[in-house]
Amino acid sequence: MDLSLSTRSEGDRTVVVVGGEIDVYTAPKLREQLIDLVSSGNYHLVVDMEGVEFLDSTGLGVLVGGLKRVRAHEGSLGLVCTQERILKIFRITGLTKVFPIHASVEEALAATD
Amino acid sequence: MATVEVRFSALPAHVRTARLVATAVARRAGVEESLLDEVRLAVGEVCSRAVGLHQQHAPLEPVLLSLSDDDGRFTVTVVDVAPAGEAVAESFDGIDPEALAAPAATDADGQQVGARAGAPTDLLPAGFGLAVVTGLVDDVEVSTGDDGTGTSVRMTWVASTARPPATI
Repeated sequence: MDLSLSTRSEGDRTVVVVGGEIDVYTAPKLREQLIDLVSSGNYHLVVDMEGVEFLDSTGLGVLVGGLKRVRAHEGSLGLVCTQERILKIFRITGLTKVFPIHASVEEALAATD
Repeated sequence: MATVEVRFSALPAHVRTARLVATAVARRAGVEESLLDEVRLAVGEVCSRAVGLHQQHAPLEPVLLSLSDDDGRFTVTVVDVAPAGEAVAESFDGIDPEALAAPAATDADGQQVGARAGAPTDLLPAGFGLAVVTGLVDDVEVSTGDDGTGTSVRMTWVASTARPPATI
């Protein structure tokens, strides 16, 4: 399955809903989406990963890149993920320390980080 | 001889094919269902690394993926012909997640340096993918050619000897 992306505004946040596989082939598409959002002034992002079936380190790199970009504007990037197979790679790499990871979009929107 | 061998040109699109083939052969070999996600991720990481290195150093050379199923063990070997260089990092020692996620540098106009697609902002340190693999898989062996060219990554999982019934 290829990557699917959609975005919507929720107050001052932008929710990016990602589905499918984020890998070396599809990651550039997600990177462009995040760059576009930040360039057009959206600095508080929630990336909903509940529909993601596969994530590798290339995808992690894009998420880290997104985090770096929003941080340059004092923004935030929170993730929504409850899938063990996706959470595992965040734990192995220690990136659970830098991404706020929430159980639902509602929880992410309520968070102040 | 390997059970299944795939040679693919160094294109990111083929990494997905490599993952699919490896996972299918692992399942057929009797690797536990709960380990298949690990096989998928590990094969993806190693093949992505090989494709990236070939694109830089040997774009016309194929990457070799060999899958074999012997004596209750399922073994995946990925071989590239690129200079190994510093890409053979094997752990997260010295990788600080906070430093990775430090705010992107901006230039005088507040525009991010290298904000175009593919810019270094999104590059994790060389060896990050292999570090994921060694953190994930218990049995991994990385070897490089004597002249510093070519890396072979071999990963092994336990496979059940009881074969699933053949399907027609």
